[in-house]
Amino acid sequence: MSSYYEDSARGRLDGLLDPGSLIEIVPPTERMVSPHLRQLDTPAAFDDGIVVGEGRLAGRRVLVAAQEGGFMGGAVGEVHGAKLTGLLERALDTRPDGVLLLVESGGVRLHEANAGLIAVSEVMRAVLAVRAAGIPVIVLDGGTFGCFGGMGIVSRLCDAVVMSEEGRLGLSGPEVIETTMGVEEFDSRDRALVWRTVGGKHRYLLGEAATLVEDDVAAFRAAALALLDQLSDRGPDLSLAALEAEHAVLGSRLERFGGCRDALDIWEKLGVEEPEKLPILDTASFLATVRDRRV
Amino acid sequence: MDVTTLLDRLFPDGHDIAADGVYFDGIGRVFGTEVAVIGTVDNTPIGIELAFRMAGAVLEVVRRHPGRPILLLVDTQGQRLSHRDELLGINGYMAHLAKCIDLARRNGHRVLGLVYGQAVSGGFLATSLLADRCYALPDAEIRVMNLPAMARVTKIPLERLTELSASSPVFAPGVENYRRMGAIAALWQGDLAACLAEALAAPTDGDSRRALGEERGGRQLARKVADRVRHDAA
Amino acid sequence: METLSFEYRGGRSVASPPPSVLVGVVGSGNLEVLVEPAPLGGICRVEIQTAAVGFGTTWQAVLDDVFARHPLADVRISINDVGATPAVVSLRLDQALDAFAGGFQP
Repeated sequence: MSSYYEDSARGRLDGLLDPGSLIEIVPPTERMVSPHLRQLDTPAAFDDGIVVGEGRLAGRRVLVAAQEGGFMGGAVGEVHGAKLTGLLERALDTRPDGVLLLVESGGVRLHEANAGLIAVSEVMRAVLAVRAAGIPVIVLDGGTFGCFGGMGIVSRLCDAVVMSEEGRLGLSGPEVIETTMGVEEFDSRDRALVWRTVGGKHRYLLGEAATLVEDDVAAFRAAALALLDQLSDRGPDLSLAALEAEHAVLGSRLERFGGCRDALDIWEKLGVEEPEKLPILDTASFLATVRDRRV
Repeated sequence: MDVTTLLDRLFPDGHDIAADGVYFDGIGRVFGTEVAVIGTVDNTPIGIELAFRMAGAVLEVVRRHPGRPILLLVDTQGQRLSHRDELLGINGYMAHLAKCIDLARRNGHRVLGLVYGQAVSGGFLATSLLADRCYALPDAEIRVMNLPAMARVTKIPLERLTELSASSPVFAPGVENYRRMGAIAALWQGDLAACLAEALAAPTDGDSRRALGEERGGRQLARKVADRVRHDAA
Repeated sequence: METLSFEYRGGRSVASPPPSVLVGVVGSGNLEVLVEPAPLGGICRVEIQTAAVGFGTTWQAVLDDVFARHPLADVRISINDVGATPAVVSLRLDQALDAFAGGFQP
């Protein structure tokens, strides 16, 4: 076992891809650093916190991007976002078997907030363009900093999200909600509350995550490969019919669970017998317990 | 500008728009073209219900009125900050709205955004920033975070941020900053109906915001870096 | 922010060095070290960007020790630092230079 949660972006790519297959584009030696951080007395990183490149996954040709949460929480700035957009647009030209996004991000980088926000919207349009061209985009979310803000939206634009229990996926992070709305709205230091609200198990039960895996780089690899093969058979679907179906799913989620105040209420409505036990189950027992209980 | 005045100035040929709380939609007519209008008022936070409702309205236009242009008039202080919305997956609702807008564009609907009040963060990302082109009124406000809050979070002194924002468009709120960075195609002033008609007639050619930002000097690296990553030999 | 630069002479070139080695992450109390071969006429050059201002002598001492352990020539070492302790700096540099000189891969 090699923990995905604790690994770096580069470490995750090493374990995920076929050995030696990663070819990085605009690597750290290019020193394509953020032009905005220095004036704010903030150190830059040689890769601006994201690795992009080409590689192989069990022989399949993939484009990959991996955000480094250790650098400014994986936040998206001008260069970081442009690397991601450029990679996605590269897929339009090279038509790989899929694009893998190893997300780990608090969202927009405040030090360059306007550039970051615009960059995220460019990423959003690029993701949808790639999918519309028939190329699947798969998200892996299991890093220390989770996936929030604009990247939380980006993740749900993709074909599928693979999460571990430790992964987190949302829009506004618990700290942001607590700071703005007060601790009674969301207590960000209540770890159990945070995990059952935005953690992998709940996202899987809601159908926001397609696959739940153990916190193991090899498990993420296997899940990404399975999804890639599954998606290469049917391809991404962004048709009116597909979005109307998604609309119906989201509408019934609102109707069924709109009045729920805690994940436990939702899990109970899903028919899970002892919902309060779900957080303590290991991944395998959890998956066995909730089989046929997901949305 | 209040929304009634705005609609009258945008659609001198008349409009048929119904409001329901902070949400409104309907049709406006400008120089013989019918435009679907979807929007919000009162700087409203966008939560899951509102995102869902706007997505439904976009889908309805695509289904029932193929090709009809869509104008987004979304006035928002950003996504709703709530535990319950996170619990239900608000990011998925925002993404769904974005997908619907993108679907409209791919199906030949011209999609325009006009920021007339506020546009902030997630509420902006999932709506007007996904339009073919986004415009703004000069007195509108666009931001991620105001400077005092930014100073608290980044631990950079407010005086320093204020000083830098005089010369750099990169972090301070303001429509002019977003124009310089390419996200706002133009500011609309004077004859708003003429501005709208011109925007409806303008050709669209993919996402040109990086090139605009470079041309206007607000984002020097985005286009260059994205092009390199797209085209460099691996 | 402070920019520091150091040069060392008298080291040996690595016969067939990798194109580059990157170790570490630019995060609080941490640093990234990028090592590249460079035609510097026998010099080992270290360039540092650090968030912690006023620690030039500490860097000098740490780098003197590192160079004593890894006497390399024609090498460019670039560092982005967020206030790492001398122990962390030494560890990262050892990892990077071991990898560069053909030791273990971190």
